[in-house]
Amino acid sequence: MARITQLDVNGAVRRLDVDGDRTLLSVLRDDLALTGTKYGCGEGQCAACTVLVDGQPTKSCLTKASAVLGKKVVTIEGLAADGKLHPVQEAFLDADAMQCGWCTPGMILGAVGLLRRTPNPTEAEIVSGMNGHICRCGTYPRVVHAIQTAARKGGRA
Amino acid sequence: MITRRNFFRAMGSGLAVWIVDPADAQESGGGARRGMNQQAPTDVSAWLHISEAGAVTVFTGKVEVGQNARTSLTQAVAEELRAPVGSIRMVMGDTALTPFDQGTFGSQTTPQMWPRIRKAAAAARDMLTDLAAQKWDVDRASISILNGTVTAGKQSAGFGELTHGQKLMRTIPASEALTPATEWKVAGTSVAKVNGRDIVTGAHQYTYDVHRAGMLYGKVLYPPQFGAKLVSVDASAAEAIPGVTVVRDKFHARPNSESAGDDLVGVVAPDPATAEKALAALRAEWSTAGGQPSNKDVFAYYKKHARAGGGRGGRGGGAAETGATANPNLVPYTVAYIAHTPLEPRAAVAEWSADGKLTVWTGTQRPFGVRSELAQDLGMPEENVHVLMPDTGSGYGGKHNGDAAVEAARLAKAAGRPVKRAWTREEEMTWAYFRPGGLIEVYGAVDAQGKLTAWEFHNYNSGPSGLQSPYVIAGQKTEQVHQTQSPLRQGSYRGLAGTANHFVRESYMDELAHSVKMDPLEFRLQNMNDERLRNVLEAAAGKFGWKARQKAAGRGFGLAVGMEKGGYVAACAEVSVVNGAVKVLRVVQSFECGAVVNPEHLRNQVDGAIAMGVGGALFEQIEFADGKIASNRLSNYRVPRFADMPVIETVLLDRKDLTPAGAGETPIMAVAPAIGNAIFDATGQRIRSLPMTPGNKMPEV
Repeated sequence: MARITQLDVNGAVRRLDVDGDRTLLSVLRDDLALTGTKYGCGEGQCAACTVLVDGQPTKSCLTKASAVLGKKVVTIEGLAADGKLHPVQEAFLDADAMQCGWCTPGMILGAVGLLRRTPNPTEAEIVSGMNGHICRCGTYPRVVHAIQTAARKGGRA
Repeated sequence: MITRRNFFRAMGSGLAVWIVDPADAQESGGGARRGMNQQAPTDVSAWLHISEAGAVTVFTGKVEVGQNARTSLTQAVAEELRAPVGSIRMVMGDTALTPFDQGTFGSQTTPQMWPRIRKAAAAARDMLTDLAAQKWDVDRASISILNGTVTAGKQSAGFGELTHGQKLMRTIPASEALTPATEWKVAGTSVAKVNGRDIVTGAHQYTYDVHRAGMLYGKVLYPPQFGAKLVSVDASAAEAIPGVTVVRDKFHARPNSESAGDDLVGVVAPDPATAEKALAALRAEWSTAGGQPSNKDVFAYYKKHARAGGGRGGRGGGAAETGATANPNLVPYTVAYIAHTPLEPRAAVAEWSADGKLTVWTGTQRPFGVRSELAQDLGMPEENVHVLMPDTGSGYGGKHNGDAAVEAARLAKAAGRPVKRAWTREEEMTWAYFRPGGLIEVYGAVDAQGKLTAWEFHNYNSGPSGLQSPYVIAGQKTEQVHQTQSPLRQGSYRGLAGTANHFVRESYMDELAHSVKMDPLEFRLQNMNDERLRNVLEAAAGKFGWKARQKAAGRGFGLAVGMEKGGYVAACAEVSVVNGAVKVLRVVQSFECGAVVNPEHLRNQVDGAIAMGVGGALFEQIEFADGKIASNRLSNYRVPRFADMPVIETVLLDRKDLTPAGAGETPIMAVAPAIGNAIFDATGQRIRSLPMTPGNKMPEV
């Protein structure tokens, strides 16, 4: 049971001392107090726990902390730069693409990853790219709309 | 707890308004949910405070579960106080600070709390006007208030300046003149979600995110199935894990299980992974009871266990005996149990003070109900229990009780440290309660002109909401709910039985329309005399292009209407059915709930209800057998996703002449029957069972 003593999270090296077999989700939430990353199912079905690992949307509930050693992790807390919201965050606010908001951080990071791969996605590409994310409140059409708006504004940022 | 006596001591001086309505005391008086030692609810329903610094704080027992009540109530204050939205803070669902409230359910926040808070704000504006008139020695009529500033001629002041050094309290009745909807400036507009920025940055703290110094993580041992009894438990392996404490305590009563009086066996550990390991290390032996129904034969079970005389009649109810219904022409429909699946599972953090007081953070629609539950379960007076409700990761009627709160409180008491007890998805889907399943039997008759001449409707188990037909029935009408037994724990849900009763009524209305070869739209219109219902139906059908619809192979069109909780809804759906696979292509839904408070948030609610309704219509179903829930994870319980979404077009009818009603529930009710009627149109197959799967056999009834 290898210990992990540092992680690169949101552009800073964070010191800690945890069992590397623990999930990245738990280490972020319980050790680094980055609670914007959400638990939804623990089996990769809902994507509420999505973070970016070297820019790729990654389900932190299925990822061991040791698997991100030496990689750059970005959580929802690290997306806005100097208090300025990321275009995707702005677009979610403008489209009112949330109700309870539990799925929103994962949705936003999933959308950031999608726009990185596909800067101008069609609606069908958004649907297939985001289909792993669950919003139980049913704001899906608004999320699609937000991603389209962010894409138009160059949401790669 | 805040009282009128200690208010300024607690809040600081300034200006305060209390809304008092004797009806509140009555309403919340004898409810069956009230605990034995619950304090008598007061007649106060909300209060508002303006500090010397000019901060406006409003206190209400209502809570935010994603329905945007925090925003709509803020709009109520902004409208009447003439203050900027950003200057207003809502304190919601905190039992130490807010007035007693029964809970946030039944679409009651808008019709009940919203006008009261407006009245409090209107009274505060009145007091500010008095203060300014006095201070500047001017006529009240010369004073105007706009955007948080009080002005008379060249003189102006902020709220804080005027209230400085004052301790002004006014208690007002719930009847006070309000700004008419036609003159609204802030209410009636699409004010953005007031805490939206906290949501998109991950800053908002849900219960799951609450952390307290020295906090431990708790887990609770649950039986392998409903009705199982704990015979013995060997905790030695768990206790050997460093940092772990095993807790054994008397368990609280769990409806629909026989665990009342059983032990609560749980573990606490410094981190969640260790707690999980400790839970797995408990070696428990259970005795199990057999003979429990499955989701396949539960409908016959309802009928068998229906209590004679237990029926409840609806409007114009006949005298039909319950238990066995006599009419041989009754057509059975069934509705499956489904899970709310709030994306934030239930959770609580509990902390005890040195002098034996308890503070619990928990996501619940009934913070005061949970306070009673905690006080009762732990045998302590309510005034020593403080429940706080952080805006929660949704509820849909599924977060009414305090299971996680009680567990956290018991574990924290035993551990002597704060404890977080966060349910897993599997726990949420197994041990929370479900939307009830139901068996519904229906019969109607029409004459040669297509007029309804008889109606008979029996609901077993799913409940009375939406039971009453909105149609004109010329002859005999019977509408009854039959009490029976549910093998699963069940409770409130979005619209509760309204979804089941509307599904059956509107599907069967379609059957009747086809039986007399009438168009389903025309058939409904000629059997209704409610103007508001007619308006939504015509609006939806018009936007959908119902009359111009073009039949094509594998395509079908259906419509349905509903009215409940002061809201009126009509849905038109287009589906494709290919090799038995249903895809909802388009839903046009119109909704009317009086004057619209926030168009964008209302639209969001209606769109969301359509999305959720697709799940209940086509695939959501709790499968169970022998006391075990098989659909206990998101990988085996399908909820709607992006790819399941139809094109959604929502038409809002804004009736500024009518008081606003709630909107969280009614917009789900017409979705399933509109889809079912469209499936019939496409395939000729009438599916009388939710969820609807073409080709599946009707369950045994």
